[in-house]
Parts: sequence; structure tokens; C-alpha cells
Amino acid sequence: MTVLTIPRKITETTWEKIISIINSCHDWFADVGAIFYFLLAAMRGSVSKPYRVGEFFKHAEFIGNKSIGIVALTGLFTGMALSYQIYLGFSLVNASNLVGPTVALAIARELGPVMTGLIVSARAGGAMAAHIGTMRVSEQIDALEVMGVDPIQYLVSPRIIAAIMVMPLLTAVFDFVSMVGAHLICINFLQMDGAIFWEKIRMWLEPRHIYEGFFKSIFFGFFFSMICSYSGYTTKGGARDVGNATNRGVVSSMVMTIVLDYFLTHFIRIYYKLVGI
Amino acid sequence: MTASEVAIDIENLEKTFDGENFVFKGINLKIPRGKITCIIGFSGTGKSVLLKHILGLLRPTEGSITVLGENLNNLANHDRIEFRKKFGVLFQNAALFDDMNTIDNVCFPIREHLRYLSDNEITNIAVDRLKLVKLDEIHYHKLPNELSGGMKKRVGLARAIALDPDILVYDEPTTGLDPVLTEMVDDLILETHRHRPGLTSLVVSHDLYAAFRIGDFIAMLDSGKILLFGTPQDFYESEIPLVKKFVAKGTKKT
Repeated sequence: MTVLTIPRKITETTWEKIISIINSCHDWFADVGAIFYFLLAAMRGSVSKPYRVGEFFKHAEFIGNKSIGIVALTGLFTGMALSYQIYLGFSLVNASNLVGPTVALAIARELGPVMTGLIVSARAGGAMAAHIGTMRVSEQIDALEVMGVDPIQYLVSPRIIAAIMVMPLLTAVFDFVSMVGAHLICINFLQMDGAIFWEKIRMWLEPRHIYEGFFKSIFFGFFFSMICSYSGYTTKGGARDVGNATNRGVVSSMVMTIVLDYFLTHFIRIYYKLVGI
Repeated sequence: MTASEVAIDIENLEKTFDGENFVFKGINLKIPRGKITCIIGFSGTGKSVLLKHILGLLRPTEGSITVLGENLNNLANHDRIEFRKKFGVLFQNAALFDDMNTIDNVCFPIREHLRYLSDNEITNIAVDRLKLVKLDEIHYHKLPNELSGGMKKRVGLARAIALDPDILVYDEPTTGLDPVLTEMVDDLILETHRHRPGLTSLVVSHDLYAAFRIGDFIAMLDSGKILLFGTPQDFYESEIPLVKKFVAKGTKKT
């Protein structure tokens, strides 16, 4: 039979479509199950012996210390741009006195944790996925397993704990530097009254607003480190697949940060209502 | 062969990844304790997949694998991790941890499992293993990417024997090496085996010359089954066409 005589199928029957949908659902559930299992293994690994204290500090140093420069730089310019934009809008209605608190609230509750989450996802998350992915394709993870070392406990658990611990600190740095940027623009460039600027912030900004940002950042740290580690850990193939896994990990964790932020905001509102704030 | 003489007992092993195509169609193999057994076969016959089953990295679709009296099917994931301490593995590309230098790579399994030892004691064991594989001291603080292929294999072997395993597994140990290095690695396998009484060595290779030179027993894998298991002499005397073809190629170099 020549190639041309082979009957080609260009349409699917209803039954085949149903089978295809069932297969897709099966794959989706299998993926969710695999992620859930990975998450459980990582959680168990973080509380079981041997405790990876050295690995924790190594990753905390990488995520925290090596990200602090870029977080501070981004924070400075975010604070400057945001305060300038808000000033331009508020001055139209003679409300420029409220620029300080508006910027402070926006940064403490939203921009601080979200921007830090995005920056660290891209920088440290990408490095996590690439490193674990390279270890997978070069059989280093297999080597760990045959040495009797739990690879999830050794590679993933310390990274997740490090991300959870370091993210609030980086958010604090972002918040502080952003406010320095806002101060520079509002006081030095726009000649606003410094005393009013800071007094209004003191009046409107409460510690709980800052804690709200820290609370969110803990979740962002947990999810980006989990997603990027999982992405690297499940890499199959060669160098190109490591690149794809890195890309998938970074994009997924950035999208997750934004989506999660929305739901966390609602959750915090509900909590405030429940406790009567 | 009595049960105590068998290190690895594979019974009716079947494996499929997609539910349709079978990599193994009922493998039965008894790997003797204290001997060097080579598993040979064409590329793509599933030698490395078989190895991963023996190491408990893959689960069989059907059948069982018993290693040193322990049925792998009965082990939970966590127990498998513990169980693997009985193995030392030299991977195809050595699989050295690329963020650790030579000495740290060899120290790693000792540090993981013999936590009661001091740093000095751990280093002494690692240096001893590196001396056994004849690696010069000037390479001890180099990272894997600064080592040649042969040196990586030596470090990989030093790491594999760091914990005095019961079974030493070599996955394609001579792939990608020149003839001189290939012979050096073969000698290293023989020497390591001779220095450790009771050690079971399992070499997965497509290098027939090496298999006939170092193997006490050889198993040939083809079409998802063991085509022949026996001594090199059994292979020379076999009338199976494919085996004869293999032997003809294997003896060319000798």
C-alpha cells in the first residue's frame, strides 16, 4: 500500500472525542496527584531527620542576600514612579497631601509583596528550576536516590523553607526602599512638605497593613519555590527540556503570584470582618 | 544455585511504559553473589531500564525482583531509599555533583550515612577511596567540570565504594572513553572487585570485549528477554545465531 492509499482520518467520532476528554481529565488528575504527592514529600522532608540546616542557610543566602540588590533597585524606582503618578492625579483635586499614605498603603499591602514575589520568582525560582532540572537530566538525582538520600528532602525542602523565611525580609526591604524613593520624589523633587508627608503616613498606615504584606509574601515564597522545584524535578530529556522546565516554572509561579494575591486579599478582608477591624 | 548464592533474583519481569509496548516480556535471571556479572545487548534493548528496576528506581509492571533476600515489590518508597544503601553505583557519565569538588563528592555519602564520624575521619575515608582508584592528590579540590572523562569515572567509582556496598553497579562504564581509558576502567573494575571479598559486581555494557574480559558471568538481553545467561565459555560454545554473531564481534579485539 502506498502512502497515498492509506485512509486518512480527519474527523473524530463522538466516542473518540469522549475518550479524548476522559484521557485529558485522567492526565490532569494524575498531574494534580503528582504535585500533591510532591508537596507532601517536601513538607514531610522539612520536619524529618536529618535536618538540612546547612542547605537551608545556603539557599537562604542565595534567595535573600543575592536578591536584595535587585529587590532594592526595583523598590526604589517603583516608589518613585508610583508617588509621582499619584501626585499628578491627586493634585488635580487638591489632594496631594494624601500622596504619602496612598503610596505607603499601596506598597505595604500590595506592591511590596507582589513585586518582591515576581522578582524573586524570576531570579531565584528560575535558578532553582534550572539547577534541579540539570541535576535530573545529568543523573545526579538518580545518584542521590541510589546513595540512599531522599532527593526531595535534600533538594526541595530546604529551598521551600528558605523561601518562606526570606520572602518577608525581602518584602520589608522593598517596602522601606520604596518609601525612600517616594520621599525623594515628593520632598526633594516635588517640593512637598516633609512633615505633612510623613505625618499623614503615620496617621493612615497601621502595623497590620505591613504585616498583611508579609503574610502574603510567605505564601508567594512557598508557591514559587514549590512550583519551580517541581518543574525542575520533573524535567525529562536534555538541555532544551531544562530550558523549557525553567520557563514553565517561572511563568507559572509569576501567574500564581498575581492570582494568589487576589484571593489572599479577599481572605484578609474576611478575617478583618470576623475579628471586627 | 542456592538462594544464599544469589544476590539478585529476577522473576518473570515485565515492563511497559505505555500499556502497549513491552520493554521486558518476562525476564528470569539469577545474578550470583560475589561474582562479576555483565549484562550485554544491543542499544535500546533495555539494559539501563533493567538496572533501574534492580536499583528500585522503577517498579515492574509484572514480576518480582529480590535483592539480597529482600523483595523490592514489598518495599515502600521510604524503605527503598534505605535499601539502596546496599548499592554503589557508577553512572554512565559519573553523575558527580557539579557544585562539589572531588573530595566533597566522595565525602558526601559518608557524611550522609555515617554522621557520627568527625570531619577528619570522613576525609580520611574519602582520601583512602581516591587512592584506591589512583587519583592524584592535585585533583582533589577540582570541580567536576575541571576533570577529564577518565578522572570523573575514577571519582564516581571512589564515591560508589565509599560506603563499602554489597553490590557495585556499573552503568556503561566505558562509554565515550578512548581504548586506553577503557582498559584502565576495566582494570579498575577487576581490581576493585578483587580488593573486596564478597562484593557482587554488575556491569551493564555494550562493550563485548570488556564483558568477555572481566565478566565471570554474562547475560545477553534481546527482544525483552534474556537470550543467554552463562560463563564466557558458554557464550563461545553457544549455537544461538545472535550470540554467535556477538561472540564473533567480541573476540575480534582479543
